[in-house]
Amino acid sequence: MTDRLSAAFARNRAALVAFVTAGDPSPAHTPAILDALVDAGADVIELGMPFTDPMADGPAIQAGSIRALNAGTTLKRTLRIAGDFRARHPKTPLILMGYLNPVLAYGSAFAADAAKAGVDGCILVDLPPEEHEEVGPAFRDAGLHFIRLATPTTNEARLPTVLNGASGFLYYVSVAGVTGTASAATTDVGDAVARIKAHSDLPVAVGFGIRTPRQAAAIARVADGVVVGSAIVDLIGENPDDPAPAVHAYVQSLSEAIRDAT
Amino acid sequence: MTNPNSRPSGSLRAGPDERGHFGQFGGRYVAETLMPLILELEREYRRAQADPAFQAEFDDLMKHYVGRPSPLYFAERLTDEIGGARIYLKRDELNHTGAHKVNNCIGQILLARRMGKTRIIAETGAGQHGVATATVCARFGLPCTIFMGAEDIRRQQPNVFRMKLLGAEIVSVTAGRGTLKDAMNEALRHWVARVEDTFYIIGTAAGPHPYPELVRDFQSVIGTEARAQILEREGRLPDALIACIGGGSNAIGLFHPFLDDRDVRIIGVEAAGRGLDGDEHAASLAGGKPGVLHGNKTFLLQDGDGQITEGHSISAGLDYPGIGPEHSWLHDIGRVDYMSATDEQALDAFQLLCRTEGIIPALEPAHAIHVVREVAAEMSRDQIIIANLCGRGDKDIFTVADALGVEI
Repeated sequence: MTDRLSAAFARNRAALVAFVTAGDPSPAHTPAILDALVDAGADVIELGMPFTDPMADGPAIQAGSIRALNAGTTLKRTLRIAGDFRARHPKTPLILMGYLNPVLAYGSAFAADAAKAGVDGCILVDLPPEEHEEVGPAFRDAGLHFIRLATPTTNEARLPTVLNGASGFLYYVSVAGVTGTASAATTDVGDAVARIKAHSDLPVAVGFGIRTPRQAAAIARVADGVVVGSAIVDLIGENPDDPAPAVHAYVQSLSEAIRDAT
Repeated sequence: MTNPNSRPSGSLRAGPDERGHFGQFGGRYVAETLMPLILELEREYRRAQADPAFQAEFDDLMKHYVGRPSPLYFAERLTDEIGGARIYLKRDELNHTGAHKVNNCIGQILLARRMGKTRIIAETGAGQHGVATATVCARFGLPCTIFMGAEDIRRQQPNVFRMKLLGAEIVSVTAGRGTLKDAMNEALRHWVARVEDTFYIIGTAAGPHPYPELVRDFQSVIGTEARAQILEREGRLPDALIACIGGGSNAIGLFHPFLDDRDVRIIGVEAAGRGLDGDEHAASLAGGKPGVLHGNKTFLLQDGDGQITEGHSISAGLDYPGIGPEHSWLHDIGRVDYMSATDEQALDAFQLLCRTEGIIPALEPAHAIHVVREVAAEMSRDQIIIANLCGRGDKDIFTVADALGVEI
């Protein structure tokens, strides 16, 4: 297993995990956006694999997926974007996040091709532990982390099921809902993170509904990582011609807030 | 793919397995937030199955509220017109609300009540499932929110008004192309945010386990009745069953009680839209490949990159890019033959049934009637076909008039 992810979570502060959709607003824009994320202080890159039916996503990421698909983004192209990123940034971990169907359609070579492109791990939103066999073993064989999600509905009895086979880090979805809508109370998040840590040594990153530097700092005090996605994707939608500068300024504000928080 | 020659030797009615799989199809592909709820629904369904009071209440509502059993009607003039097998129609269009959808809605709202859920959501395409859901919500006094694509709202105003009369709130879905698939996405998104108090009444035999199983079980009242009725009337089983397929709930409801009667030929009819040669059809088995959408693995209309494509059919109720997972399995093992009918063929069959039997069918079963016409013609007068007339055509008269170039 590659250790870029564990290094990103081994600092004496929370890691900033930044999400953008590959190919949003077009595949040609993505490299500059990814470079801006790294330069502005993102510790982990989450690269969305666009899908026509993003059932767990709110309006921002739905719109980003549609922009990417309309610009002709395919999963093959997403892996090329990842491979080019790896060549420019040998140390920054990059994980893919998306839905199962495009991965199934790509075929059995997906895990190996992703690993070859320098991808560190993968989150598949609609692949619960109950269906892990679908692609899980192939990911493990290719040396890819399989990052699992826990949510406010994941109770004590179910946590071990979620953690079994999880690696890299655990993504705690802090609200029952879709991406980019409501946000959770920090105390609830802190309690949930503590509950998970009683079961696992994995770092816990928290996402959903984190938008302001102040919110990011609050989560950074109680978790190992802070995931921000919809707010960045919104900025890309608002600045379709040249999104990188706006993304850079915003992510820098998050990164500084997280560094100051701990 | 399973080799059709390696058809399972045991009962074909035993599925799904304990993980909700029919062969490689089905399963539970949902976000973690929904998983605990899906598991709880399965536990509650098992308890309901073991509870005679649950079945008794379901049966009582079927009889006195829905109006079951629906007749099995010998379509004499249609039979004479075609000049082949004797054709029986299972008259589920005579149900309260005018379609088979209500059978499932009654079953699911009884489950919702057992689980202590206080509000109901549903998706709808043509509006038939939305009307049936709004109906049972009014009957049980539960608030109801229906997700419907903006395009379908435009096309189906009478059903939108019916749902409002019944007290439902309609949410217009503008995401995607604003049709059934997008309405289902939006209902799932809403459900994720309201898992504590909300029950999602899925309208077809698809979605994450246990939905395909429980929808099938509630709809199997169709086949169970038809089997007893034909035995009483003809003293033997039919030679063929024919039903149309969008998600496939009316079809699996008719087929399932006959699956182990290996001499009964079973035919499902997909919507071929403007033809299977192009992209404008909704035939997931004929034109799709296996994939994962809306919580289950099944045949889907999709491009080479795994992006879901939009179906087309003149019938809004068949216009869905997927199909229930049990149908995918029955296709795979070769137990059911899946054929198709184009928009034009369905329109012809629609008019044929109007003229010969005085029955205005919905456009969905008109697809089945087209295949009845083809198949019956090659059979003899001593053979028997049962076709499922799963909905009545009142809702479709504007679409049909438009297609025939008539202004009303």
